[in-house]
Amino acid sequence: MSNKDSIQKTFIVALLLCIVCSVIVSTAAVLLKPAQIANKSKDFKINILKAGGLYDAGIAEGKSINDMFESVSTKLVDLDTGEYSEAVDIESYDQRKASKDPALSDDLSSADDLAKISRREKYSKVYLVNEGDEVKKVILPIKGYGLWSTLYGFISLESDLTTVSGLTFYEHAETPGLGGEVDNPRWKGLWSGKKIYDDENQVGLTVIKGKVDAGTPGSEYKVDGLSGATLTSKGVDNLIKFWMGNMGYSKFLNNLKSGEA
Amino acid sequence: MNIKELLFKPLFQDNPIALQILGICSALAVTSSLKVTLVMCLAVTVVTAFSNFFVSLVRNHAPSSIRIIVQMTIIASLVIVVDQILKAVAYDTSKQLSVFVGLIITNCIVMGRAEAFAMKNKPLPSLLDGLGNGLGYSIILIILAVIRELFGSGKLLGFEILPLATEGGWYVSNGMLLLPPSAFFIIGFIIWAIRTVKTEQVEETEFKIAPNTQAKEAH
Repeated sequence: MSNKDSIQKTFIVALLLCIVCSVIVSTAAVLLKPAQIANKSKDFKINILKAGGLYDAGIAEGKSINDMFESVSTKLVDLDTGEYSEAVDIESYDQRKASKDPALSDDLSSADDLAKISRREKYSKVYLVNEGDEVKKVILPIKGYGLWSTLYGFISLESDLTTVSGLTFYEHAETPGLGGEVDNPRWKGLWSGKKIYDDENQVGLTVIKGKVDAGTPGSEYKVDGLSGATLTSKGVDNLIKFWMGNMGYSKFLNNLKSGEA
Repeated sequence: MNIKELLFKPLFQDNPIALQILGICSALAVTSSLKVTLVMCLAVTVVTAFSNFFVSLVRNHAPSSIRIIVQMTIIASLVIVVDQILKAVAYDTSKQLSVFVGLIITNCIVMGRAEAFAMKNKPLPSLLDGLGNGLGYSIILIILAVIRELFGSGKLLGFEILPLATEGGWYVSNGMLLLPPSAFFIIGFIIWAIRTVKTEQVEETEFKIAPNTQAKEAH
């Protein structure tokens, strides 16, 4: 007790404490890692299934997530050519990391950068829901800046490759109750059945202010804005324009349509 | 001090939030939904209890020059372990809590109890003191979360209680309750209520405002 403030004692205590604590922390991290990875990939798969509208039906049938995911095939697309690519290993490809890696992403000029993401990855994963040989749905990852944060989500298209079948956002930090309503199932439901490309094959789909009058011509190209969340709505509008446009998936979708992807 | 006093005194008499005004940051940030709040309360209570326990165990060996670092290391290790467990067991909730689990390290309640109580008392009373303060923190957070989730989004634990007007019901929700500042007002009202009942908690005014002086003619 008397020498507890000596330099020697101080070092010994500090060293022992560090060793004990680091052993505890690393043991916990190593032991729990498999469960965490499983959770993460399950969460990711659930979001893809939800965007494709397969999740609720699958749960009703009592299928497990992995069983449901079996009907989904994952492909890698080169966004510049719009063709399937095998340039990187699809299993280990981390799209989020790639979008920050200079070797795997391109700088966007401010005119191109509608979604305010500053860099775009060269390759993107796409998810195809097949029935037999036919592609029934295409699920595409999308992201873009809202008011406070980058919104990450998926959009899924019907087999005509222009009708939206579903939209989800799985990660964002918008204001709860206002911009955070991008999570609201009722609002997400408004998207299904809307058309993306107009007659000239340009992105016609837009988020408007206020409510869409279903009777008017062109209403299939319009989605209700979120009230009290002008900037988040604008962000969603921009990210749809970006990812469905020439810098995004439009080349791939055209190739897919003509069967050349 | 007996067990009852250690455990229950921090609930109302010596509440860490209402009397000591500690841990306000997370009280504002995580209370917009009850489920997330409950997990946060559990995490903070576990961390406060065990950090008190371990700090008390090493209190006679910790050199006073590095005692704060010793406490910090113990607290940080516990928080990381809790965070890892949450990510493995309750992934959805941990995603919603995001950075706030990590920020328990900086929660003044944990550090405050370690320094004020655990450094001077035996391990077992320290454990109980940590538990009591964790519960004191929890009780305020749960009150906040119930008010905010019920009147902000018409739900409790995700179940619909008040059908919202936007979903075809009758209740027009109070959007401000979903934003962090609303928790400030509610905490203020709670402190007011507690101090009305327990007048000994009312602090003496530090400055007295002098009465207005009468305007005089300029000379």
